[in-house]
Order: sequence, then structure tokens, then C-alpha cells
Amino acid sequence: MATARSRGARIRSNIFAYANLAPYIFFVLFPFYFMIVTSFKSNAELYNLKSIPFWIQSGAIIDHYALLFQKTDFVTWMKNSLLVAVVATTVSLVISILAGYSLARLRFRGAAAFGTAIFVTYLIPTTLLFLPLSQVVVWLGLADSIYALMVVYPTFLVPFCTWLLMGYFRTIPREVEECALVDGATRIQTLSRIVLPMAIPGVVCAVLFSFTLCWNEFTYALTFISQSANKTAVVGVTSDLIRGDIYFWGSLMAGALLASIPIVIVYVLFLDYYVSGLTAGAVKG
Amino acid sequence: MAVGPRVLEVAGLPGPGRRARLREWWEQEHIFGYGLILPAVVLLITLVAFPFGMAIYFSLSDYWVGSPGAFVGMTNYRDILANETFRQTLQNSFVFTGIALTLKIVLGVWLAMLLSRSLPFKRIIRGIVLLPFVIPTALSTLAWLWMFDSLYSVVNWTAIRAHLINAPGPNWLGQAEYAMAAVIAVNVWRGLPFFAITVLAGLMAVPKEFHEAAEVDGASSWRRFWHVTLPLIKPVLGVVILFSTIFTFGDFNIVQVLTRGGPINTTHLFATLAYQVGLQGGNLGQGAAISLFIFPLLAMVVFFQLRYVRKE
Repeated sequence: MATARSRGARIRSNIFAYANLAPYIFFVLFPFYFMIVTSFKSNAELYNLKSIPFWIQSGAIIDHYALLFQKTDFVTWMKNSLLVAVVATTVSLVISILAGYSLARLRFRGAAAFGTAIFVTYLIPTTLLFLPLSQVVVWLGLADSIYALMVVYPTFLVPFCTWLLMGYFRTIPREVEECALVDGATRIQTLSRIVLPMAIPGVVCAVLFSFTLCWNEFTYALTFISQSANKTAVVGVTSDLIRGDIYFWGSLMAGALLASIPIVIVYVLFLDYYVSGLTAGAVKG
Repeated sequence: MAVGPRVLEVAGLPGPGRRARLREWWEQEHIFGYGLILPAVVLLITLVAFPFGMAIYFSLSDYWVGSPGAFVGMTNYRDILANETFRQTLQNSFVFTGIALTLKIVLGVWLAMLLSRSLPFKRIIRGIVLLPFVIPTALSTLAWLWMFDSLYSVVNWTAIRAHLINAPGPNWLGQAEYAMAAVIAVNVWRGLPFFAITVLAGLMAVPKEFHEAAEVDGASSWRRFWHVTLPLIKPVLGVVILFSTIFTFGDFNIVQVLTRGGPINTTHLFATLAYQVGLQGGNLGQGAAISLFIFPLLAMVVFFQLRYVRKE
């Protein structure tokens, strides 16, 4: 099959593909590139209409980053984001592993209906419930605190993770569990020592997505929290560096970059898990 | 059904046998099953189902932040339907969702087909493509906000230098149509990876012979795509479209960061208007009524999705 002609055609079609991908890749990457350039550019150059915006001509500076650390609560925001993401992810994961295993594997009346309910909840956008939840949070005594986010984030993490994990649990052969049960293991032992270790890729995937979703969440974090010291990184950067009509563009871009870095690192390390989780979430639906 | 008396037995039975009985009870498949989903069910009832009920109640009452109000029936709905801003929002939502979704479908399928080839650097390219989906949307939108700045817009700078437009160029976020175009562009930028990568997964699941047959590089490529590739990816594409419909319709982040609904409400979506009316304005009743307009579409999506899932 691999004749010279088809090889030539292949190369031609690869060039065709690259030529078509190039503009899109530019479209994808340019905002990030522009963020980096802006964050290191002096204000004098930034606000000079005659200068070329695409690169730095008058020397890179780190003042915008310094402002972030000296004049804002940036470090606190990052800490808040991390805390919320870790706690909400952990809680959600435990709940989801239990529910996912139960719905994927155990036979009981109503299992299918619960599975459907989980799936439907997964489709609810956060913007449908943020108003009543902002009141629930007040009633729980968690108004204006990061605990509010730790409590509320599992509402979208659990449906997602449960759905994801159900898919992974289903791929594990039933015989493995049956053997363990026959050997006298309790059901919870079977789950924790036999099934869970076999579903590790799914669990890693769920952790990655939960962490990313928490870190990136904007609607709830914006609506529940007003004190600067309690904000998450995403909300802090988008709100505290804009004072009325004044935009601190250099610091805004610096903050946006730094607050994205944890996600980028995780993403680069676990790219394949992201891809499989993303497609599993939708395709297995 | 046989569990009832047994539970009582266990509870009533003292002494050493009790633990064993309890264990035996817990080891039953259905009891264990219910036990494991209990935390999830409690969570979803208290923090999803209950707030949803509250939203409905709010929308039917004169509820302001800090002052629970009386039941007022459909007043809030009547008020918002008569409101010019709300009508504008309704229109915006459909224009925004319609255009953004169409672009994401067409470009997403196109992109997925390009990515499905065994190109050199395939993995890196896929990694780059997915990037906008992974980075916090509110933060990447800040970059777009800066790129669309009224005075220093790099988009205009480039277009002016390339003699495509006359100086000073459009005020992207200050003029109605341009602002909508900007919001749509950012939504497409951020949502396209999801389409591309998911459709790509659908394409990869298709047997290789079909791929060879459907490869795009000639005059008949369009027909091959239409008759071979598209029917094969239709199931995946259907799911992705349903997902994206609801999340595009319910979008908040991009509009909130980019325009806050402006100029003069021309880019408001339900979520941003609900935020403005319900939280910033304190009128929770009306705010809830506005955000509930996302619900009929959600219900439709769920309906199609479940029908589809059942068919599978």
C-alpha cells in the first residue's frame, strides 16, 4: 500500500493539515503570549500608542509582579484557592468513589434512577443556582468565607466525578470482586483493596478535573465572597486590580499568568489524563 | 422488603451477636449499595434540589437580600417579561448561543479532522489546542479584555497597520455589535477545544478503514465527509452539542469579565443579568426568575440526552 505516490500524497496532506492548523494555533496561543509580553512591559511603553505592542522594546521589568506581591493579597488568594481546591476535591472524591462504585456495580432498586439523577445534576450550570445558594451559605453561617466554597463546590464535582468513575468501575471484571468476596473479604475491603487500586487511572483523572474545576471556578467564588483576604486567585485577580476606571494592565496580566501556572503545570504533567477524562465525561454520557 | 424486621432485630439485640448481625446486614448488596450512595444523595438534595426549590420560591416572592418577602405569584415573571432589558437579554442569549455554537460545531469538526491525522508533533499540537479549555476562563478573558481595549487594542493596532481598517478602529467592547462579536469570539476560543478533542475521540473510535476512506484531500472529499465521516461521528457530536448548548446558554464568566452585559445591556445573558439584578441590585426574587429562564433549555437538553442514552 505504501507506494511512492501515496507517500507523496501523505506529505502533501500533512502540509495541508499544518497550514490549516497554523492559524488556529496562533489564535489559541496569542492571548497567552500577549499576557506574558504585557506583564513584563513598562507602563511607559504599554501606554504609548506609537510603540509596537507585540514585543518589549525598552527592557523587561518585574514591577507589575512586585505590585502583585506588595500591594495586593495575591499570596493569600493563591493559598485560598489551593485550600479550597484540596478540601473540595478530597471530599468530593470520597463521596464519588462510594457513589460511583455503588451505581456501577451493585444491584439494588433505584440504582438506575439515581444514576440518571447524578447525570442530570452534572448538566446543571452553576449559574442556575448561585442566587439561592448565596442565601444557603448565609444561613449556614459561611457567608464571605472560603468554607462556603468548600461546601458548595462538591455540588458540581460529585456528579462529574461519580459519572467519570462509574465508567472506570464498569471496566473492572466482576470476577475479581467475586473472588475476594468468596475469600471472606467484606464488601468495603473489596472496594478499598481490590477495586480501587484497579481504578487508579480513573481516580487520577477525577482528581485532576476536580482540582482544575475548583481552581477555575468563578461564579460562586465571585458571588459568595466580598472581602479581599477571602478571595480565590481567579476572583482576586479579576476584581482587585481594577479600581473603578483604572486597569492595572501589567499587574492584571502578571496575576492572570501566575494564577494559571499551577493549572498549567498539572496539565502538562497529566495531559493524557485530561484528554481521556474530557472525552469520557461526554462520550460515555 | 425483608429488611425491615431485620433492622429492628439488629437494633434490639444486645450482646456479642449484635456486631455480627449488623455486619451481616451491612453486607447485603442492596443495603451496602444504598449506604454508599447516601452521602452523594444527601449532598445533592441539600445543596442542589433544595436550592432549586428555593429558586422557584424566590421567583414567586418579593424576596430581597436580607428581607424575606411575601408570596406574589407570577408578578416577577410579568415584570421581567415587560422589561426592555430582559427582552434584550433574551434576544442576546439566543444570538450568542446560536452563533457561538454554530462556529464551535463547524470549526470543531474541522479541527478534529485535522488532528486525527498521524501528524508529527501530534501530541504537542493537541496539548496546545486544549489549552484555552484548561486555563481559568476568567483569567484568560482578561487577556482578551486587554486585547479589545478601547485605546490600546492590539487587534485594532494590527488591523490599522495592515490597512484593513481606518484609525482609530472599532471600540470593541463599547459598541453593541462589536461587543457581541467579541464575546462570541472569546466563547469560541475557549469552547472549541472541547468540541475538537471530543469529536477527535469519536473519530479515533471509528475503525481505521473508514478513516482511510474518509480522508480529506480531493474534490470528492466533501462528499466523503458528508456520507462517511459525519454519520460515524454523529452520536458523539450530538452529545457534545447538547452539552455545549446548555453551558453556552448559561455562560457567565466571559461576559462578566469582558463587558458586564454592556454596552447598554447588549451582551447581557441570563446569568449576568440575574447577577446584576439579584445580587448587586438585591432583588433576589426577580434575579431568581431571570436565572430560571435557563431551565427550560436545560430540561430540553436533559430530555434529548436521556433519550439518547436510553437508545444506546
